[in-house]
Amino acid sequence: MSITRTDVDHVARLARLELSDAEAETLREQLSKILDHAARVTSLDTKDVEPTSHAIALSNVFRVDEIAASLSQDEALANAPLAEAGHFRVPRILDAEP
Amino acid sequence: MDLWQQTGAALAGMIRKREVSSAEVTESVIERMEEVEESIHAFVTQTAPSARAKAQLVDAGEQDFGPLAGVPVALKDIICTKGIRSTASSKMLENYVPPYSATVAARLEAAGMPMTGKTNLDEFAMGSSTENSAFFTTANPWDTSRVPGGSSGGSAAAVASGQAIWSLGTDTGGSIRQPAALCGVVGLKPTYGLVSRYGLIAFASSLDQAGPITRDVTDAALLLQAIAGHDPRDSTSLPGEVPDYGAALQGGIDGLRIGVVKEISGEGLQDGVRAKFQEAVALLEGLGAQIGEVSLPTFEYGIDIYYLIAPAEASSNLARYDGVRYGLRVDAKDVISMNSLTRATGFGPEVKRRIMLGTYSLSAGYYDAYYGKAQKARTLIIRDFARAYKDFDLLISPSSPTTAFRFGEKTDDPLTMYLSDICNVPTSLAGAAAISVPCGLASEDGLPVGLQIMAKPLDESTMLRAAYAFEQELAFSAKPPIWGAS
Repeated sequence: MSITRTDVDHVARLARLELSDAEAETLREQLSKILDHAARVTSLDTKDVEPTSHAIALSNVFRVDEIAASLSQDEALANAPLAEAGHFRVPRILDAEP
Repeated sequence: MDLWQQTGAALAGMIRKREVSSAEVTESVIERMEEVEESIHAFVTQTAPSARAKAQLVDAGEQDFGPLAGVPVALKDIICTKGIRSTASSKMLENYVPPYSATVAARLEAAGMPMTGKTNLDEFAMGSSTENSAFFTTANPWDTSRVPGGSSGGSAAAVASGQAIWSLGTDTGGSIRQPAALCGVVGLKPTYGLVSRYGLIAFASSLDQAGPITRDVTDAALLLQAIAGHDPRDSTSLPGEVPDYGAALQGGIDGLRIGVVKEISGEGLQDGVRAKFQEAVALLEGLGAQIGEVSLPTFEYGIDIYYLIAPAEASSNLARYDGVRYGLRVDAKDVISMNSLTRATGFGPEVKRRIMLGTYSLSAGYYDAYYGKAQKARTLIIRDFARAYKDFDLLISPSSPTTAFRFGEKTDDPLTMYLSDICNVPTSLAGAAAISVPCGLASEDGLPVGLQIMAKPLDESTMLRAAYAFEQELAFSAKPPIWGAS
């Protein structure tokens, strides 16, 4: 499985990771090698095998819908890099590239 | 014997009988940290003042905190502690002070256990040597030119060097068992869902579990007891009564059926690891266990399945580090550039690699071939275990294919590093329980070797009984050179 530089750039964009040229090239080589190894799973016969998302699955875990104590607004904002008037503040979103 | 050299069980008994105070024990541990931390570097943050205050509160005796009251503990720095910096050894969270505590931290706090510090790890628990910490590397107390294993390397090194009586680590694909093995201590990975994940900084949510790293099996049972049990704040937390693990230690293993897993107990092992493992098998047989070899063919694919599933979950979990609500932010003109630059700056190389790997295996066109396929293969691993447990009560293997390796030995090749966890990932994928117990020192390098004992989900009791019987019979008493230094 060989990963191209285009693949790396595409995935980095999906993952919101700005990579330098050198990083992208190293990752291209390493991901190819790791996926080559991991692709061995394709040889396993999984016909009619259900996928496992949780090994010990519970279903329909409910709790009573009661109001309980939670973080105050101040506590929730305490670690914010930038907060203003009780909100998280971010750089502009409109007109930003998609 | 100095107080810091005692086990948790011994200290808990002494404190309860008022033979020593919690303040004296805590001070002994803090002094030990001051003596040897500069050569081990196990701690990201030390919390001596709050530990002393807690010890005094316990000594005041106005409140009954329960059986472990007064015995200090150290926590892996991926466990959130209210008001105390919790970094996951990442630049992303270097200044993060959680507004709440993880359930496991809150339970130990409620048990009256002074917390002396937060231990170093591979960034976001991704690694097998603690070399991926964004801050510094941690040395193996047996040989400071070698790694302590990982990702809970700080916790294992702290316990092995006497800087912590016991500690909590987390295990996603071996991160408790492998460092415990490499540092010559006991490490227990509980059944998925036995211990709450609430407040653990998430890596791979279908695999992550917190568990004890201790000096002996009794301590592992006691510390597990303190953290196990249902938590309404974790929807994957299992309901039901928690057994008495301390009581489960007794009884011996006469007649117990123990299977040696062929795929991870033979080829590819360091000679000294194989030799010590074979001695361990003979010792278990001598105790009356019925030993047989068992083949679990899909174990050959364990690392592959794990490295498709865990990074996929990680890439999703780590999407939260976007520079908005907490953690690092690198400013930029628009929000997408801000997200991308923040993540480029805040994450180290291994974390980036796993995010890329996971994003790739989840992306359109590759999902079915990689992530989907790995989820089905995960079912095959679970079926392999189920088949083996028809004939055996427990399964065993070495805890790690090698003893502690040197700094830098595996950092150039990620795949070689990933293969360090080959013995550990199958149990994680099956959500089952496993423990690593010291089984001697490899003859070629004098470094500790661990025996891994695996059990069916929620059968920690049988696993602990076997581990205890093994430990009592072997009477492994070697300590790292630094143990005697003061």
